[in-house]
Amino acid sequence: MPRTLALLLAGVVACYGLNWFLSEFIEVVYVDYVNLIGLAIILAVGLNVVNGLTGQFSIGHAGFMAVGAFVGAMASILFTYGEIAAGPLAFAGLGSFLFCLLLSGLAAGALGVLVGAPALRLRGDYLAIATLGFGEITRILLTAQDSLGGPTGLKRIPKMPLLPGTETWDGGTSVFWIYLFVFLVVGLAVRLQRSTFGRAMIAIRENELAAETMGVPSARLKVVAFVFGAFFAGIAGALYAHYQHSVRPDDFTSVRSIEVIVMLVLGGLGSVTGAIAGAVVVTLLPQLLRPLEEAMGIDGLSMVVYALLLIVMMVFRPQGIFGQRELSLKLLRGLIPGRRGGKTP
Amino acid sequence: MTKLLETKLLTIRFGGLCAVDCCDLCIDQGDLYGLIGPNGAGKTTVFNMLTGVYLPSDGTVHFDGKLVNGRNPVKVARLGMSRTFQNIRLFDELSVLENAMTGAHQHSRINLLDSLLRTKRHYREEDRQRDKAYRLLEFMGLEDRAGLPAKALPYGHRRRLEIARALATDPKLLCLDEPAAGMNTGEKAELAALIRRIRDELKVTVLLIEHDMKLVMGICEKIQVLEYGKTIAKGTPVEIQSDPRVIEAYLGGG
Amino acid sequence: MAEVSLTTEVLQYVTNGVAKGSTYALMAVGYTLVYGVLQLINFAHAEVYMLGSYFAWYQAKWAGYLPDSKGARAETVPLYMVALFVAGAMAACALAGMLIERLAYRPLRNAGRLAPLITAIGVSLLLQYGGQVVFGTEPKLFPTFAETVVYDAGGVKIPNTNIYIVVTSLVLMLGLTFFVNKTRPGAAMRACSHDMRTARLMGVNVNATISLTFAIGSALAAVAGVLVAMDQPAITPLMGVRIGLKAFVAAVVGGIGSIPGAALGGLLLGVSESVVSGLWKPVYSEAVAFVFLIVVLLVKPSGILGKSVREKV
Ligand SMILES: Nc1ncnc2c1ncn2[C@@H]1O[C@H](COP(=O)(O)OP(=O)(O)OP(=O)(O)O)[C@@H](O)[C@H]1O
Ligand SMILES: [Mg+2]
Repeated sequence: MPRTLALLLAGVVACYGLNWFLSEFIEVVYVDYVNLIGLAIILAVGLNVVNGLTGQFSIGHAGFMAVGAFVGAMASILFTYGEIAAGPLAFAGLGSFLFCLLLSGLAAGALGVLVGAPALRLRGDYLAIATLGFGEITRILLTAQDSLGGPTGLKRIPKMPLLPGTETWDGGTSVFWIYLFVFLVVGLAVRLQRSTFGRAMIAIRENELAAETMGVPSARLKVVAFVFGAFFAGIAGALYAHYQHSVRPDDFTSVRSIEVIVMLVLGGLGSVTGAIAGAVVVTLLPQLLRPLEEAMGIDGLSMVVYALLLIVMMVFRPQGIFGQRELSLKLLRGLIPGRRGGKTP
Repeated sequence: MTKLLETKLLTIRFGGLCAVDCCDLCIDQGDLYGLIGPNGAGKTTVFNMLTGVYLPSDGTVHFDGKLVNGRNPVKVARLGMSRTFQNIRLFDELSVLENAMTGAHQHSRINLLDSLLRTKRHYREEDRQRDKAYRLLEFMGLEDRAGLPAKALPYGHRRRLEIARALATDPKLLCLDEPAAGMNTGEKAELAALIRRIRDELKVTVLLIEHDMKLVMGICEKIQVLEYGKTIAKGTPVEIQSDPRVIEAYLGGG
Repeated sequence: MAEVSLTTEVLQYVTNGVAKGSTYALMAVGYTLVYGVLQLINFAHAEVYMLGSYFAWYQAKWAGYLPDSKGARAETVPLYMVALFVAGAMAACALAGMLIERLAYRPLRNAGRLAPLITAIGVSLLLQYGGQVVFGTEPKLFPTFAETVVYDAGGVKIPNTNIYIVVTSLVLMLGLTFFVNKTRPGAAMRACSHDMRTARLMGVNVNATISLTFAIGSALAAVAGVLVAMDQPAITPLMGVRIGLKAFVAAVVGGIGSIPGAALGGLLLGVSESVVSGLWKPVYSEAVAFVFLIVVLLVKPSGILGKSVREKV
């Protein structure tokens, strides 16, 4: 426990430092990539608990994100302005912002129970399709809500709150807030994975029947996994809404859910570091290919190359970048030729 | 002697096939009980009904004084029945030690928050599971392999790991489904000794399915014979070996 | 406005829905056939459908049936040319489907379930983005394949395009059913979908059969692409995304692996979407497919006409 508090404090300080460094020395365009990567990591690491640890297959992650985004945005708008009205952007208050994030997480998490429980009846592809369907229903219902702005969604979502000493930072505190939750989700996911609950989840993935016969309550743990993923997806949604200052239901189509799956599989399903690597690659790759596109003068070329790379990657390394292993120093050392570590004859 | 497991008229049908027909089992605490029969006799299916994997079409299962038929596998495991599988079902990506630790999960008293916040209770629980799993690996002669992923184990060791994992659930009754399958004579002898020690030292009642007659006759005190889902004989090894119907079933079945 | 009775109104939506459902069914068959054999959700199928309408469009363009730059109305394409274009699009899509399988899926046949799924997503994205680069992002006006005539059946209006759609789909579905059940290659397909390993041992050429499966599914998608384009005459590189998802849902609802199931699922979806959209709110019609999906999956996970399998322990 004391260690947990110390870690948390260190995390806060690190995020503050990161935000300061970026706003001081790095161009705003690149800071934008950093933020998008952070949001992607929160989504991917959360979903990894569902798809990677318990071995369920959810393609409805965008649905949880959507709920979190709209709940958080609406609450934040009401707290800050008292009504939906046009006008300049304002900063959200610290307390109300944290409360809104919590609210988004809880709303999405509650939905996670609602989806996770019936999903217990389904396996494999059928589960995948059902979650896809759930995600789409969520989005369509949001589109039909006139009180939430219908298809055009919500605008004028407040800026993320300032912290002491950040008043002069251009670009605001989004890096701090986003990476604070990156830190939280990664820390909690790693701790979950390395606990009796994490082992039980992996046991369910590896052989559900054997796990149940050993007394592992698979139904409950699968729902827990759903709630964990959904909670953080909800928070990611709320952060996204505050970051963009506007949300539309169409920001959360199944395409986004599939993107998160691609991150997981690219990085290596079941590995936290893999999920992070996948989030970075999938977010950055199209951007890195931009110069190529401009050089060739063909609009849309970067996405074509991105899709091609995805296919080639899967055909030649179907287990993902890291497989199920975690990236560690030992693994890195093993990759250096001539120093294959570990085994003595 | 107290009765640990009692089934009455246990029956299951798959479509037209009556895979197990009115099976009566009665196992006392401390028994080493053999269940034998030709291929397809319904032995594994009996295990599946006992452990809540299949729902019986008819009949009752009483375990430790409680009616358990129709309960799900998790609840059955909680009551103290554990098993191994004929077609080994390990958690391949977990290490040998972690496989065994998973057996101990059901008795953990901590909740998710303990683990996420890394409270003292979390560490205590990890230690408990690790110690218990390690002791059982030692018991099964697997302690040198504790760190290996389960999928890297050779066949004979995989079967032993399944037993260690099942024992980690603290069972009152351990059901072993052909634990010696695929082992050579030396390994079988070791296994026979281990099964006896499980009963004598760990005080766990054992229900054993096995095709190797020498092994079954050597260690079981009571034996029940199934053929086409029906019980055709019950008794001590000596009685079974001289029972004409059993001889007929085994010779007739090839 | 003339008073229209509720029955007539509902009948109107139902007939529209039957036409829409027929195109879903044609597409659903492609998903079902491939899933039956490879247990793979072929996400790229939706893009093959898109390719089908573009292939037809290009043939019409080369043959001079597109409106010229001055916007003068081009003549209606004569029937024999329509047949030619459709056949051309079917052949080209069959080839495309076979190529996709050969290049992207076959190398992964033994790599588990997930890698091929992601590859399928990759191929789908590749064709969407590639289509935007090659064909351009702006919608293209489809040539007039048939002069629109609207028939009146006791107040219910039935455009001739809807009749073409339903009749073509019906003929193709019956033909496919005959093919799968009564011919040797069809038997090979059934054998592969029942148990690929045994089929191979029995001397079935598995690779050829899988290619054939992709060819057939893709050719039907091409027809669907042309039929839809004929009905609502603008085509875009992203036109496959929505119908693809719904057709796949139709396949699952009907029972994946079953051809009559695909037909039933398609019709069910088409009709209920059309009715909900007409009587309630168009937005909600988008959700109908998914509500159906979840209800069916929870009640009977293998779909309405699907067979369930029980795991042996
Ligand atoms: N889920 C199931 N569905 C249909 N039939 C089944 C199922 N499970 C078992 N059976 C059938 O029940 C019969 C008994 O099978 P079981 O596996 O119990 O035999 P067994 O005695 O364990 O044989 P072996 O010695 O080969 O392991 C067999 O005919 C088998 O095919
Ligand atoms: Mg058996």
